[in-house]
Amino acid sequence: MIFVNQLIIGLQMGSIYALVALGYSMVYGIVKLLNFAHGDIIMVGGYIALFALTSAHMPPVVAAVVTVLGCTALAVVIEKLAYTPLRSAPRLSLLITAIGVSILLQNVAQLLFTADGHSFPAHMLLPAGSLTIGGFQVAYTALITILASVASMVALTILVQKTKLGKAMRAVSEDTGAAQLMGIHVNHIITFTFAVGAALAGVGALLYSVQFPLIMPTIGVMLGLRAFVAAVLGGIGSIPGAMIGGYVIGLLEVLVVAANLSSWMDGVVFLILILVFMVRPTGIMGRPMLEKV
Amino acid sequence: MMLQVKNMNVYYGSIYAVKDVSFHVEEGETVTLIGANGAGKSTILKTISGLLRSKTGSISFAGEEISNTPSHAIVKRGLAQVPEGRRVFLQMSVQENLEMGHYTQPGGTMDERITEVYQRFPRLKERYKQHAGTLSGGEQQMLAMGRALMSRPRLLMLDEPSMGLAPLLVEQIFEIIKELHAGGTTVLLVEQNANMALTVADRGYVLETGKIVLADSAKALLENDAVRKAYLGG
Repeated sequence: MIFVNQLIIGLQMGSIYALVALGYSMVYGIVKLLNFAHGDIIMVGGYIALFALTSAHMPPVVAAVVTVLGCTALAVVIEKLAYTPLRSAPRLSLLITAIGVSILLQNVAQLLFTADGHSFPAHMLLPAGSLTIGGFQVAYTALITILASVASMVALTILVQKTKLGKAMRAVSEDTGAAQLMGIHVNHIITFTFAVGAALAGVGALLYSVQFPLIMPTIGVMLGLRAFVAAVLGGIGSIPGAMIGGYVIGLLEVLVVAANLSSWMDGVVFLILILVFMVRPTGIMGRPMLEKV
Repeated sequence: MMLQVKNMNVYYGSIYAVKDVSFHVEEGETVTLIGANGAGKSTILKTISGLLRSKTGSISFAGEEISNTPSHAIVKRGLAQVPEGRRVFLQMSVQENLEMGHYTQPGGTMDERITEVYQRFPRLKERYKQHAGTLSGGEQQMLAMGRALMSRPRLLMLDEPSMGLAPLLVEQIFEIIKELHAGGTTVLLVEQNANMALTVADRGYVLETGKIVLADSAKALLENDAVRKAYLGG
Protein backbone atom coordinates (compact mmCIF):
# COMPACT_ATOMS: atom_id res chain seq x y z
CA MET A 1 0.00 0.00 0.00
CA ILE A 2 2.63 2.47 1.08
CA PHE A 3 4.87 1.09 -1.62
CA VAL A 4 2.31 1.79 -4.35
CA ASN A 5 1.60 5.28 -3.04
CA GLN A 6 5.30 6.06 -2.96
CA LEU A 7 5.72 4.64 -6.45
CA ILE A 8 3.01 6.97 -7.75
CA ILE A 9 4.66 9.98 -6.13
CA GLY A 10 7.94 8.87 -7.64
CA LEU A 11 6.38 8.63 -11.10
CA GLN A 12 4.79 12.02 -10.62
CA MET A 13 8.09 13.67 -9.74
CA GLY A 14 9.87 11.65 -12.40
CA SER A 15 7.42 12.89 -15.04
CA ILE A 16 8.25 16.48 -14.20
CA TYR A 17 12.02 15.84 -14.19
CA ALA A 18 11.72 14.00 -17.50
CA LEU A 19 9.87 16.90 -19.16
CA VAL A 20 12.49 19.36 -17.99
CA ALA A 21 15.42 17.03 -18.78
CA LEU A 22 14.17 16.75 -22.39
CA GLY A 23 14.75 20.47 -22.91
CA TYR A 24 18.34 20.20 -21.68
CA SER A 25 19.05 17.16 -23.78
CA MET A 26 17.50 18.40 -27.04
CA VAL A 27 19.27 21.74 -26.89
CA TYR A 28 22.57 20.07 -26.00
CA GLY A 29 22.10 17.62 -28.86
CA ILE A 30 21.72 20.40 -31.38
CA VAL A 31 24.03 23.24 -30.26
CA LYS A 32 26.21 21.52 -27.62
CA LEU A 33 25.01 24.05 -25.07
CA LEU A 34 24.13 23.22 -21.47
CA ASN A 35 21.31 25.72 -21.27
CA PHE A 36 21.40 26.62 -17.60
CA ALA A 37 18.64 29.15 -18.13
CA HIS A 38 16.24 26.27 -18.82
CA GLY A 39 15.25 25.86 -15.15
CA ASP A 40 14.44 29.55 -14.89
CA ILE A 41 12.06 29.29 -17.84
CA ILE A 42 10.04 27.00 -15.57
CA MET A 43 10.09 29.62 -12.83
CA VAL A 44 8.75 32.20 -15.31
CA GLY A 45 6.14 29.64 -16.37
CA GLY A 46 5.08 29.32 -12.73
CA TYR A 47 4.49 33.07 -12.49
CA ILE A 48 2.66 33.16 -15.81
CA ALA A 49 0.31 30.38 -14.64
CA LEU A 50 -0.15 32.07 -11.27
CA PHE A 51 -1.19 35.43 -12.71
CA ALA A 52 -3.20 33.87 -15.52
CA LEU A 53 -5.31 32.04 -12.93
CA THR A 54 -5.54 34.66 -10.20
CA SER A 55 -5.23 38.15 -11.72
CA ALA A 56 -6.59 37.41 -15.19
CA HIS A 57 -9.14 34.82 -13.99
CA MET A 58 -8.54 32.62 -17.01
CA PRO A 59 -10.16 29.20 -17.15
CA PRO A 60 -7.60 26.45 -16.38
CA VAL A 61 -7.18 25.23 -19.97
CA VAL A 62 -6.62 28.76 -21.27
CA ALA A 63 -4.16 29.48 -18.45
CA ALA A 64 -2.26 26.31 -19.31
CA VAL A 65 -2.05 27.21 -22.99
CA VAL A 66 -0.93 30.76 -22.14
CA THR A 67 1.79 29.36 -19.86
CA VAL A 68 3.14 26.96 -22.49
CA LEU A 69 3.09 29.65 -25.19
CA GLY A 70 4.68 32.16 -22.81
CA CYS A 71 7.57 29.81 -22.01
CA THR A 72 8.04 29.07 -25.70
CA ALA A 73 8.09 32.73 -26.66
CA LEU A 74 10.54 33.55 -23.88
CA ALA A 75 12.92 30.80 -25.00
CA VAL A 76 12.80 31.96 -28.61
CA VAL A 77 13.54 35.55 -27.58
CA ILE A 78 16.46 34.40 -25.39
CA GLU A 79 17.79 32.25 -28.20
CA LYS A 80 17.64 35.09 -30.72
CA LEU A 81 19.08 37.78 -28.45
CA ALA A 82 21.63 35.86 -26.42
CA TYR A 83 22.65 32.68 -28.23
CA THR A 84 22.30 33.30 -31.99
CA PRO A 85 25.00 36.01 -31.99
CA LEU A 86 27.37 33.44 -30.45
CA ARG A 87 26.78 30.73 -33.06
CA SER A 88 30.43 30.53 -34.04
CA ALA A 89 31.88 31.54 -30.65
CA PRO A 90 33.62 28.98 -28.40
CA ARG A 91 31.19 26.74 -26.52
CA LEU A 92 32.43 28.12 -23.20
CA SER A 93 31.21 31.64 -24.09
CA LEU A 94 27.80 30.16 -24.78
CA LEU A 95 27.76 28.32 -21.44
CA ILE A 96 28.68 31.45 -19.51
CA THR A 97 26.01 33.40 -21.41
CA ALA A 98 23.44 30.78 -20.37
CA ILE A 99 24.44 31.20 -16.71
CA GLY A 100 24.14 34.97 -17.19
CA VAL A 101 20.64 34.63 -18.65
CA SER A 102 19.68 32.43 -15.70
CA ILE A 103 20.79 35.04 -13.18
CA LEU A 104 19.10 37.79 -15.20
CA LEU A 105 15.74 35.97 -15.21
CA GLN A 106 15.91 35.36 -11.46
CA ASN A 107 16.76 38.98 -10.73
CA VAL A 108 14.07 40.36 -12.98
CA ALA A 109 11.55 38.07 -11.28
CA GLN A 110 12.74 39.27 -7.89
CA LEU A 111 12.42 42.88 -8.99
CA LEU A 112 8.90 42.38 -10.31
CA PHE A 113 7.44 39.96 -7.78
CA THR A 114 9.80 40.32 -4.77
CA ALA A 115 11.71 37.40 -3.26
CA ASP A 116 8.69 36.29 -1.21
CA GLY A 117 6.83 33.17 -2.21
CA HIS A 118 3.44 33.49 -3.88
CA SER A 119 1.15 30.61 -3.10
CA PHE A 120 -0.10 28.88 -6.20
CA PRO A 121 -3.80 28.03 -6.45
CA ALA A 122 -3.18 24.42 -7.47
CA HIS A 123 -6.84 23.45 -7.40
CA MET A 124 -7.86 26.22 -9.73
CA LEU A 125 -5.74 24.38 -12.31
CA LEU A 126 -6.27 20.70 -11.48
CA PRO A 127 -9.15 19.14 -9.52
CA ALA A 128 -8.57 18.14 -5.90
CA GLY A 129 -9.56 14.75 -4.60
CA SER A 130 -8.56 11.32 -5.70
CA LEU A 131 -9.61 8.31 -7.63
CA THR A 132 -9.68 4.75 -6.34
CA ILE A 133 -8.03 2.35 -8.74
CA GLY A 134 -7.90 -1.28 -7.69
CA GLY A 135 -8.11 -0.40 -4.02
CA PHE A 136 -5.43 2.30 -4.23
CA GLN A 137 -6.12 5.96 -3.87
CA VAL A 138 -4.51 8.03 -6.61
CA ALA A 139 -4.72 11.81 -6.41
CA TYR A 140 -6.08 13.43 -9.56
CA THR A 141 -3.05 15.69 -9.63
CA ALA A 142 -0.69 12.69 -9.70
CA LEU A 143 -2.74 10.96 -12.37
CA ILE A 144 -2.97 14.06 -14.57
CA THR A 145 0.73 14.82 -14.11
CA ILE A 146 1.73 11.35 -15.25
CA LEU A 147 -0.72 11.27 -18.16
CA ALA A 148 0.10 14.79 -19.36
CA SER A 149 3.83 14.02 -19.28
CA VAL A 150 3.46 10.75 -21.12
CA ALA A 151 1.25 12.43 -23.73
CA SER A 152 3.83 15.22 -24.19
CA MET A 153 6.60 12.68 -24.59
CA VAL A 154 4.64 10.62 -27.11
CA ALA A 155 3.94 13.81 -29.08
CA LEU A 156 7.63 14.71 -28.97
CA THR A 157 8.66 11.24 -30.14
CA ILE A 158 6.26 11.43 -33.09
CA LEU A 159 7.53 14.91 -33.93
CA VAL A 160 11.17 13.84 -33.90
CA GLN A 161 10.76 10.47 -35.59
CA LYS A 162 8.05 11.07 -38.16
CA THR A 163 7.84 14.70 -39.24
CA LYS A 164 10.02 16.55 -41.71
CA LEU A 165 10.98 19.14 -39.08
CA GLY A 166 11.84 16.45 -36.54
CA LYS A 167 14.02 14.61 -39.02
CA ALA A 168 15.76 17.87 -39.85
CA MET A 169 16.40 18.34 -36.11
CA ARG A 170 18.08 14.95 -36.00
CA ALA A 171 20.09 15.73 -39.12
CA VAL A 172 21.33 19.08 -37.72
CA SER A 173 22.14 17.47 -34.40
CA GLU A 174 24.21 14.75 -36.07
CA ASP A 175 26.08 16.82 -38.67
CA THR A 176 25.33 20.52 -39.03
CA GLY A 177 27.50 20.97 -42.12
CA ALA A 178 25.92 18.08 -43.99
CA ALA A 179 22.46 19.34 -42.97
CA GLN A 180 23.29 22.71 -44.54
CA LEU A 181 24.24 20.94 -47.76
CA MET A 182 20.75 19.41 -47.76
CA GLY A 183 19.32 22.92 -47.85
CA ILE A 184 18.22 22.85 -44.22
CA HIS A 185 18.10 26.33 -42.68
CA VAL A 186 20.10 25.42 -39.60
CA ASN A 187 19.29 28.54 -37.58
CA HIS A 188 15.56 27.96 -37.97
CA ILE A 189 15.91 24.37 -36.80
CA ILE A 190 17.91 25.46 -33.75
CA THR A 191 15.28 28.05 -32.81
CA PHE A 192 12.57 25.46 -33.28
CA THR A 193 14.42 23.07 -30.97
CA PHE A 194 14.63 25.71 -28.24
CA ALA A 195 10.91 26.35 -28.70
CA VAL A 196 9.96 22.69 -28.36
CA GLY A 197 12.18 22.26 -25.28
CA ALA A 198 10.57 25.33 -23.70
CA ALA A 199 7.05 24.14 -24.49
CA LEU A 200 7.81 20.95 -22.58
CA ALA A 201 9.24 23.10 -19.78
CA GLY A 202 5.95 25.04 -19.80
CA VAL A 203 4.03 21.82 -19.22
CA GLY A 204 6.58 20.98 -16.53
CA ALA A 205 6.05 24.40 -14.91
CA LEU A 206 2.30 23.81 -14.61
CA LEU A 207 2.72 20.36 -13.11
CA TYR A 208 5.53 21.42 -10.78
CA SER A 209 3.51 24.38 -9.48
CA VAL A 210 0.64 22.04 -8.64
CA GLN A 211 3.01 19.72 -6.76
CA PHE A 212 4.90 22.51 -4.93
CA PRO A 213 2.43 25.40 -4.84
CA LEU A 214 4.82 28.17 -3.81
CA ILE A 215 6.27 30.29 -6.60
CA MET A 216 9.56 32.09 -5.92
CA PRO A 217 12.26 33.54 -8.21
CA THR A 218 14.62 30.69 -7.28
CA ILE A 219 12.40 27.65 -7.79
CA GLY A 220 13.90 26.91 -11.18
CA VAL A 221 17.42 26.48 -9.87
CA MET A 222 17.28 23.14 -8.07
CA LEU A 223 14.58 21.74 -10.33
CA GLY A 224 16.76 22.66 -13.28
CA LEU A 225 19.88 21.11 -11.77
CA ARG A 226 18.10 17.86 -10.89
CA ALA A 227 16.67 17.65 -14.39
CA PHE A 228 20.13 18.39 -15.77
CA VAL A 229 21.51 15.44 -13.78
CA ALA A 230 18.64 13.33 -15.14
CA ALA A 231 19.63 14.33 -18.69
CA VAL A 232 23.28 13.45 -18.05
CA LEU A 233 22.31 10.18 -16.40
CA GLY A 234 20.16 9.23 -19.38
CA GLY A 235 22.82 10.33 -21.83
CA ILE A 236 22.81 13.99 -22.77
CA GLY A 237 21.57 14.51 -26.32
CA SER A 238 19.38 11.40 -26.16
CA ILE A 239 15.61 11.90 -26.00
CA PRO A 240 14.70 8.46 -24.57
CA GLY A 241 17.68 8.89 -22.23
CA ALA A 242 16.24 12.10 -20.78
CA MET A 243 12.92 10.37 -20.14
CA ILE A 244 14.55 7.41 -18.41
CA GLY A 245 16.89 9.67 -16.43
CA GLY A 246 13.94 11.78 -15.25
CA TYR A 247 12.03 8.79 -13.92
CA VAL A 248 15.15 7.35 -12.24
CA ILE A 249 15.73 10.63 -10.38
CA GLY A 250 12.03 10.87 -9.43
CA LEU A 251 11.92 7.35 -8.02
CA LEU A 252 15.22 7.88 -6.26
CA GLU A 253 13.83 10.98 -4.59
CA VAL A 254 11.02 8.89 -3.11
CA LEU A 255 13.51 6.35 -1.81
CA VAL A 256 15.63 9.08 -0.23
CA VAL A 257 12.56 10.58 1.43
CA ALA A 258 11.38 7.16 2.60
CA ALA A 259 14.79 6.62 4.20
CA ASN A 260 14.22 9.85 6.09
CA LEU A 261 17.13 11.54 4.34
CA SER A 262 15.17 14.17 2.43
CA SER A 263 17.55 16.97 3.37
CA TRP A 264 20.27 14.94 1.62
CA MET A 265 18.40 14.77 -1.68
CA ASP A 266 20.56 17.30 -3.52
CA GLY A 267 23.69 15.60 -2.25
CA VAL A 268 22.43 12.29 -3.57
CA VAL A 269 21.60 13.85 -6.96
CA PHE A 270 25.09 15.31 -7.32
CA LEU A 271 26.63 12.05 -6.16
CA ILE A 272 24.86 10.44 -9.10
CA LEU A 273 26.30 13.08 -11.40
CA ILE A 274 29.80 12.33 -10.13
CA LEU A 275 29.24 8.58 -10.44
CA VAL A 276 27.96 8.93 -14.01
CA PHE A 277 31.03 10.95 -14.96
CA MET A 278 33.29 8.37 -13.32
CA VAL A 279 31.66 5.18 -14.55
CA ARG A 280 29.81 5.96 -17.76
CA PRO A 281 30.19 9.56 -18.92
CA THR A 282 27.94 8.97 -21.95
CA GLY A 283 25.01 8.03 -19.68
CA ILE A 284 22.56 5.17 -20.02
CA MET A 285 21.46 5.78 -23.62
CA GLY A 286 24.36 7.93 -24.79
CA ARG A 287 26.48 6.95 -27.73
CA PRO A 288 30.17 6.42 -27.16
CA MET A 289 31.99 9.50 -28.35
CA LEU A 290 33.73 8.70 -31.59
CA GLU A 291 36.72 10.77 -32.53
CA LYS A 292 36.22 11.96 -36.07
CA VAL A 293 39.35 11.78 -38.18
CA MET B 1 26.98 28.47 -68.68
CA MET B 2 26.05 26.41 -65.64
CA LEU B 3 28.73 27.63 -63.27
CA GLN B 4 31.26 30.40 -63.53
CA VAL B 5 33.77 31.05 -60.77
CA LYS B 6 35.83 34.21 -61.09
CA ASN B 7 38.81 35.22 -58.93
CA MET B 8 37.98 33.10 -55.90
CA ASN B 9 40.24 33.80 -52.89
CA VAL B 10 39.58 31.86 -49.69
CA TYR B 11 41.38 32.04 -46.36
CA TYR B 12 41.20 29.79 -43.30
CA GLY B 13 42.20 32.36 -40.71
CA SER B 14 45.68 33.34 -41.88
CA ILE B 15 46.06 30.37 -44.24
CA TYR B 16 45.64 31.33 -47.87
CA ALA B 17 43.90 28.22 -49.22
CA VAL B 18 42.49 29.20 -52.62
CA LYS B 19 44.42 31.72 -54.70
CA ASP B 20 42.62 33.63 -57.40
CA VAL B 21 40.92 30.62 -58.92
CA SER B 22 38.69 31.03 -61.99
CA PHE B 23 37.00 28.26 -63.93
CA HIS B 24 33.68 27.38 -65.49
CA VAL B 25 31.37 24.45 -66.19
CA GLU B 26 29.09 24.36 -69.24
CA GLU B 27 25.64 22.82 -69.11
CA GLY B 28 25.81 19.05 -69.61
CA GLU B 29 29.57 18.90 -69.08
CA THR B 30 31.55 16.81 -66.63
CA VAL B 31 34.46 18.87 -65.37
CA THR B 32 37.07 17.69 -62.91
CA LEU B 33 39.38 19.53 -60.53
CA ILE B 34 42.39 17.34 -59.82
CA GLY B 35 45.29 17.90 -57.48
CA ALA B 36 47.10 16.54 -54.47
CA ASN B 37 45.79 16.53 -50.93
CA GLY B 38 45.70 20.11 -49.64
CA ALA B 39 45.59 21.73 -53.07
CA GLY B 40 42.33 23.49 -52.16
CA LYS B 41 39.87 21.37 -54.10
CA SER B 42 37.40 20.76 -51.28
CA THR B 43 37.68 24.37 -50.19
CA ILE B 44 36.53 25.45 -53.65
CA LEU B 45 33.45 23.21 -53.46
CA LYS B 46 32.61 24.38 -49.95
CA THR B 47 32.84 27.98 -51.12
CA ILE B 48 30.55 27.33 -54.09
CA SER B 49 28.03 25.71 -51.70
CA GLY B 50 28.16 28.73 -49.41
CA LEU B 51 29.74 27.01 -46.40
CA LEU B 52 32.81 29.23 -46.84
CA ARG B 53 33.07 32.69 -48.39
CA SER B 54 35.46 34.05 -50.98
CA LYS B 55 37.05 37.41 -50.23
CA THR B 56 36.78 38.54 -53.82
CA GLY B 57 35.33 37.74 -57.19
CA SER B 58 32.04 36.18 -58.16
CA ILE B 59 30.31 32.83 -58.40
CA SER B 60 27.49 32.65 -60.86
CA PHE B 61 25.21 29.64 -61.05
CA ALA B 62 22.89 29.34 -64.05
CA GLY B 63 23.35 33.04 -64.65
CA GLU B 64 22.63 34.18 -61.08
CA GLU B 65 25.16 35.51 -58.62
CA ILE B 66 25.33 33.21 -55.55
CA SER B 67 28.50 34.32 -53.77
CA ASN B 68 26.41 35.94 -51.02
CA THR B 69 23.49 33.53 -51.02
CA PRO B 70 23.10 31.43 -47.84
CA SER B 71 23.87 27.75 -48.35
CA HIS B 72 20.31 26.52 -47.77
CA ALA B 73 19.05 28.78 -50.56
CA ILE B 74 21.79 27.62 -52.94
CA VAL B 75 20.61 24.01 -52.66
CA LYS B 76 17.10 25.11 -53.50
CA ARG B 77 18.34 26.65 -56.75
CA GLY B 78 19.53 23.24 -57.91
CA LEU B 79 23.10 22.87 -56.76
CA ALA B 80 23.79 19.72 -54.74
CA GLN B 81 27.03 18.57 -53.21
CA VAL B 82 28.19 15.11 -52.19
CA PRO B 83 30.65 16.08 -49.49
CA GLU B 84 34.08 14.64 -48.86
CA GLY B 85 33.90 11.63 -46.56
CA ARG B 86 30.26 11.08 -47.62
CA ARG B 87 28.81 12.59 -44.43
CA VAL B 88 25.62 10.54 -44.52
CA PHE B 89 23.50 10.79 -41.35
CA LEU B 90 24.70 7.65 -39.59
CA GLN B 91 21.94 7.59 -36.96
CA MET B 92 19.19 7.90 -39.54
CA SER B 93 17.81 5.21 -41.82
CA VAL B 94 18.72 4.99 -45.48
CA GLN B 95 15.29 6.25 -46.47
CA GLU B 96 15.43 9.14 -43.99
CA ASN B 97 18.77 10.17 -45.48
CA LEU B 98 17.12 10.33 -48.89
CA GLU B 99 14.25 12.35 -47.42
CA MET B 100 16.78 14.88 -46.14
CA GLY B 101 18.13 15.18 -49.69
CA HIS B 102 14.60 16.15 -50.70
CA TYR B 103 14.27 18.78 -47.98
CA THR B 104 14.02 21.81 -50.28
CA GLN B 105 11.68 20.16 -52.78
CA PRO B 106 7.87 20.25 -52.92
CA GLY B 107 6.43 17.39 -50.85
CA GLY B 108 4.44 15.70 -53.63
CA THR B 109 7.51 14.63 -55.59
CA MET B 110 9.22 12.65 -52.86
CA ASP B 111 7.97 9.11 -53.49
CA GLU B 112 8.73 9.36 -57.19
CA ARG B 113 12.28 10.57 -56.54
CA ILE B 114 12.92 7.87 -53.96
CA THR B 115 11.80 5.25 -56.49
CA GLU B 116 14.22 6.76 -59.02
CA VAL B 117 17.13 6.60 -56.61
CA TYR B 118 16.29 3.00 -55.67
CA GLN B 119 16.24 2.10 -59.37
CA ARG B 120 19.71 3.53 -59.78
CA PHE B 121 20.98 1.98 -56.52
CA PRO B 122 19.04 -1.25 -55.88
CA ARG B 123 21.38 -1.94 -52.98
CA LEU B 124 19.90 1.01 -51.09
CA LYS B 125 16.39 -0.31 -51.57
CA GLU B 126 17.36 -3.59 -49.93
CA ARG B 127 18.58 -1.65 -46.90
CA TYR B 128 16.08 1.20 -46.75
CA LYS B 129 15.24 0.65 -43.09
CA GLN B 130 18.79 0.17 -41.84
CA HIS B 131 20.73 2.96 -40.16
CA ALA B 132 23.22 4.47 -42.58
CA GLY B 133 25.93 3.75 -40.00
CA THR B 134 25.56 0.02 -40.66
CA LEU B 135 26.32 0.37 -44.40
CA SER B 136 29.69 -0.38 -45.98
CA GLY B 137 31.81 2.46 -47.35
CA GLY B 138 30.68 1.85 -50.91
CA GLU B 139 27.02 1.74 -49.90
CA GLN B 140 27.45 4.95 -47.94
CA GLN B 141 28.92 6.59 -51.03
CA MET B 142 25.92 5.42 -53.06
CA LEU B 143 23.63 6.79 -50.37
CA ALA B 144 25.44 10.13 -50.37
CA MET B 145 25.05 10.32 -54.16
CA GLY B 146 21.43 9.20 -54.04
CA ARG B 147 20.72 11.77 -51.34
CA ALA B 148 22.16 14.54 -53.52
CA LEU B 149 20.17 13.33 -56.54
CA MET B 150 16.92 13.59 -54.55
CA SER B 151 16.80 17.31 -55.31
CA ARG B 152 17.28 16.58 -59.04
CA PRO B 153 20.16 19.02 -59.13
CA ARG B 154 21.09 21.00 -62.24
CA LEU B 155 24.69 20.77 -61.08
CA LEU B 156 26.02 17.88 -59.01
CA MET B 157 29.31 18.46 -57.21
CA LEU B 158 31.17 15.37 -56.01
CA ASP B 159 34.03 15.68 -53.55
CA GLU B 160 36.42 12.72 -53.66
CA PRO B 161 33.81 10.02 -54.28
CA SER B 162 36.55 7.36 -54.61
CA MET B 163 38.13 8.12 -51.24
CA GLY B 164 38.70 5.03 -49.10
CA LEU B 165 36.94 2.64 -51.48
CA ALA B 166 38.23 -0.64 -52.89
CA PRO B 167 39.22 -0.48 -56.61
CA LEU B 168 36.16 -2.44 -57.72
CA LEU B 169 33.84 -0.03 -55.91
CA VAL B 170 35.71 2.95 -57.33
CA GLU B 171 34.96 1.63 -60.81
CA GLN B 172 31.29 1.21 -59.90
CA ILE B 173 31.07 4.76 -58.59
CA PHE B 174 32.69 6.14 -61.74
CA GLU B 175 30.38 4.02 -63.87
CA ILE B 176 27.48 5.79 -62.13
CA ILE B 177 29.06 9.20 -62.77
CA LYS B 178 29.29 8.29 -66.47
CA GLU B 179 25.62 7.29 -66.46
CA LEU B 180 24.62 10.55 -64.83
CA HIS B 181 26.65 12.44 -67.41
CA ALA B 182 25.04 10.47 -70.23
CA GLY B 183 21.64 11.29 -68.73
CA GLY B 184 22.42 15.00 -69.07
CA THR B 185 23.42 15.89 -65.49
CA THR B 186 26.12 18.52 -65.22
CA VAL B 187 28.89 17.28 -62.94
CA LEU B 188 31.76 18.98 -61.17
CA LEU B 189 34.08 16.30 -59.85
CA VAL B 190 36.91 16.81 -57.40
CA GLU B 191 39.39 13.94 -57.22
CA GLN B 192 42.83 12.85 -56.15
CA ASN B 193 42.39 9.81 -58.35
CA ALA B 194 43.30 11.78 -61.46
CA ASN B 195 43.35 8.80 -63.76
CA MET B 196 39.75 7.82 -63.09
CA ALA B 197 38.54 11.41 -63.00
CA LEU B 198 40.07 12.25 -66.38
CA THR B 199 38.58 9.18 -68.03
CA VAL B 200 35.02 10.27 -67.18
CA ALA B 201 35.44 14.04 -67.58
CA ASP B 202 35.22 16.28 -70.62
CA ARG B 203 37.63 18.86 -69.27
CA GLY B 204 39.93 19.19 -66.29
CA TYR B 205 41.75 21.75 -64.19
CA VAL B 206 44.94 20.94 -62.29
CA LEU B 207 45.32 22.59 -58.90
CA GLU B 208 48.56 23.05 -57.00
CA THR B 209 48.68 24.73 -53.56
CA GLY B 210 45.52 26.70 -54.19
CA LYS B 211 46.22 27.77 -57.77
CA ILE B 212 45.07 26.47 -61.11
CA VAL B 213 48.24 25.59 -63.01
CA LEU B 214 46.77 23.82 -66.02
CA ALA B 215 43.44 23.71 -67.84
CA ASP B 216 42.68 21.53 -70.83
CA SER B 217 40.46 18.82 -72.24
CA ALA B 218 40.54 15.64 -70.17
CA LYS B 219 42.08 13.78 -73.08
CA ALA B 220 44.92 16.25 -73.44
CA LEU B 221 45.59 16.21 -69.70
CA LEU B 222 45.78 12.42 -69.70
CA GLU B 223 48.49 12.68 -72.35
CA ASN B 224 50.28 15.66 -70.80
CA ASP B 225 53.76 14.68 -69.62
CA ALA B 226 53.82 16.90 -66.55
CA VAL B 227 50.39 15.64 -65.45
CA ARG B 228 51.40 12.04 -66.05
CA LYS B 229 54.48 12.50 -63.93
CA ALA B 230 52.80 14.29 -61.07
CA TYR B 231 49.40 12.56 -60.86
CA LEU B 232 49.24 9.45 -62.97
CA GLY B 233 52.29 7.61 -61.72
CA GLY B 234 54.53 8.18 -64.77
